Amino acid sequence: MNKTIKLKIDGKVIPAEEGQTIVQAAHANGIYIPTLCNFEGVKPKGCCRMCTIKINNRYMTACTTPAADGMEIENNTLEINDIRKSIIELLFVSGNHFCPSCEKSGNCELQALAYRYEMMVPRFPYTFPQKGVDAKSPKIIKDQNRCISCKRCIKTIEDEQGRKYFAFKDRGYTLEVVLDEEMAKTMTDEIAQLAMDNCPVGSILKKEIGYKEPIGTRKYDKKPIGSEFEV
Amino acid sequence: MKEKINQIINKYNSDRSRLMDILLDIHDDKGYVDKNDINQLAKSLGISAAEVKETVSFYHFFSEKPRAKYNIYLNNSITACMRDRQGVKEAFEKACGITFGHVTQDSMFGLYNTSCIGMNDQGPAAIINDIVFTNLTPYRVVKLIEGLKEGKELRSLIYESYGDGNNADPDMQAMVNNNIRKGSILLNKNYKKFDVVKNELSKHSPEDVIQMVEESDLRGRGGAGFPTGMKWRFGRRVEGDHRVIICNADEGEPGTFKDRVMLTEYPDLVFEGMVIAAYATGADIGLVYLRYEYKYMLKYLNRILGEMREKNFLGKNISGIKEFDFDIRIQLGAGAYVCGEESALIESLEGKRGEPRDKPPFPVEKGYLNYPTIVNNVETLASAVRIIKNGAAWYSQYGTKDSTGTKLLSISGDCKFPGIYEVDWGTSIREVIEMCGAEKVQAIQVGGPSGMLIGPRDFDNLSSSDLMKWYKPSGMMVAEKFFDRKLSYSDLPTGGSMIIFNTERDLLRDVVMNFMEFFIEESCGSCSTCRNLPYIMKMKLEKILNGHGVRKDIDDLLTWGKTIKVSRCGLGQTAANPILSSILNFRHIYEQHVQAMADYDNTFDIVKSVEAANKYVGRNTEFHSN
Repeated sequence: MNKTIKLKIDGKVIPAEEGQTIVQAAHANGIYIPTLCNFEGVKPKGCCRMCTIKINNRYMTACTTPAADGMEIENNTLEINDIRKSIIELLFVSGNHFCPSCEKSGNCELQALAYRYEMMVPRFPYTFPQKGVDAKSPKIIKDQNRCISCKRCIKTIEDEQGRKYFAFKDRGYTLEVVLDEEMAKTMTDEIAQLAMDNCPVGSILKKEIGYKEPIGTRKYDKKPIGSEFEV
Repeated sequence: MKEKINQIINKYNSDRSRLMDILLDIHDDKGYVDKNDINQLAKSLGISAAEVKETVSFYHFFSEKPRAKYNIYLNNSITACMRDRQGVKEAFEKACGITFGHVTQDSMFGLYNTSCIGMNDQGPAAIINDIVFTNLTPYRVVKLIEGLKEGKELRSLIYESYGDGNNADPDMQAMVNNNIRKGSILLNKNYKKFDVVKNELSKHSPEDVIQMVEESDLRGRGGAGFPTGMKWRFGRRVEGDHRVIICNADEGEPGTFKDRVMLTEYPDLVFEGMVIAAYATGADIGLVYLRYEYKYMLKYLNRILGEMREKNFLGKNISGIKEFDFDIRIQLGAGAYVCGEESALIESLEGKRGEPRDKPPFPVEKGYLNYPTIVNNVETLASAVRIIKNGAAWYSQYGTKDSTGTKLLSISGDCKFPGIYEVDWGTSIREVIEMCGAEKVQAIQVGGPSGMLIGPRDFDNLSSSDLMKWYKPSGMMVAEKFFDRKLSYSDLPTGGSMIIFNTERDLLRDVVMNFMEFFIEESCGSCSTCRNLPYIMKMKLEKILNGHGVRKDIDDLLTWGKTIKVSRCGLGQTAANPILSSILNFRHIYEQHVQAMADYDNTFDIVKSVEAANKYVGRNTEFHSN
């Protein structure tokens, strides 16, 4: 058993185990810190910046920062929430997220976060990027217009030898997550389903199946994102 | 080809962490990596082809498409633009018969844009097959291309003599000039090569050496200003099978070229600094991360390292000190500004994309291949040699109380004497302006740290947040009201690049735009904020410059800029600074471009906007107002 430490989130003292990240400690104690790129079981990378918190007047990411004894964290504040909302808006205007026609609607974390943070009209102008859809693979469709480059598929979808199905391509504004052409040919149904499930948005979709679960009855249709952690 | 690539892979023992070298060698051999090469690499290294491409597509100087016999990379830094880069660009396009981003049909010439190549004091400059051509003019371009078409050897077409100092060394033969305008304790010809390693080091314990550096108050010269002695002390304390000293020679901050001059004139001083750092920290692995743009120095620098090995200043039991084993390898980059950030640099050294790591853990705890790693700037290492030679008290005579020693400034732009100036910390901007002979100065871009501060987490009483407080991002456009501020860690910290703009320059359209394009081009793309926001802010700036802006647009830019501060690394956090600092210091220029009394853009003309569509379908639309 690891040593128990104490930290403070928005004035509330919570216990944590040494080695836990701030997100893990918060969620274990009924406090929600929103995440997108974070995925239980793999090393966090702090790509989406959604879990931004403030410690000692400095922005940190709660998914990558280990909890430490005596830490004082600002989480659910006007300032932090507005930064989070602006990141959601940034992701919406930098892609083409048309929820009504998306197979992931209701199961999409980005959409759910937009509802939770009450996004109305994004403050930023839409950039209308012209990105492609890769449907070459027999099992999945990779829609680049919906990809938020969170790296979850890159980090979690591997074959038995540890080779990655997905990888980044290019950098900066033209960055894309691409599927390995050769490995795509031999992708199994299980891997394809896992890739779709691990994608927080509708960028990876399994072929030949759709709307099996009606919209309106899906995960975030019933309860807002984060409520699974909140007391 | 397959055989050749196998040889290259074997040379590096099929080691995935040497992917950079493998790719560099393949590029040396055939100029690019094609699909077959990538598949072969993937197979040999046990990774997917997409993973190989991940690294290939990250770096500017790697190519998946065939390149030309002569690949011309024309630097697009702002000072080049101020010296008729446009004319030079057009001359290249006309002479080669293609536009930039393309290769001629006969595969003779390829034209590419590239970010600042460290030649701001002698631009426009281009790198052609690793050889640097400076002070380009349209005339010189025409003669150069003519010569190549006639089949002349590339090096024979160098139109100026080789540059000053060691630029003319037989192993370098570069048309590059040092332009040293002011020396002091680093740029000093009285330096006795390797005197400290040979005669001084054995007199001191590693602990003494660290203490001397601590007493001198030497701080990181990359710009973040982390206390060097403290960094060494941490590095020494962390357990590890190996410890690593990295010399960061990836200066990519627009307008910086001091490391180029240091490595040209005083490579021995820098390498000696690495040996001292290794002795102090107990490191056995030494790496120099040299930016690809400085590849022309590689042979020369490797020769110096070879000489050091011969004299036992590298190798085993260095200078007769028992069990002091240390050697240095130079790793070339491949064109990515973000690799100047120390954790991105380490990722790159491991053959990966240069994406900064999350901290903690800091490199001092877990760095290169997870060993404790100390990353120091070229200038920091050189300063350490002078400190050990002359003592901390001697060193602190220079500079101010909170910023001891000297700083190398790379000065370029509108001034009579662009080049390198070694000044004491505490020198004011106004003095710098006078020193370099600048007149009618409108603004100065003072380069800030690109890197995030490093340091370990839980050493003694020092917490992460204590370490974080050292980090002060700057990188700003300063106006006259700043000219009496002093260059120092407490007032105006800088990595040393200063670009001067006179009153004739169009600050927004030319300068700020150029910097924004740089940050968009050089973002690694990992953080959602730095990947998207600079692009969107540039859109907004374009809107303002096109006359469609209103006052609110200026305020929007300022508020949007807050979101980018949550990015992971210094590059991301400061990527909007060109816009933010120019609004803060030159708001009046923005005001001139926006519609004064309007609350929203009311210049939209619906008739004009559908004109093209109407013409196409042969329709006349009438608009009715009721």
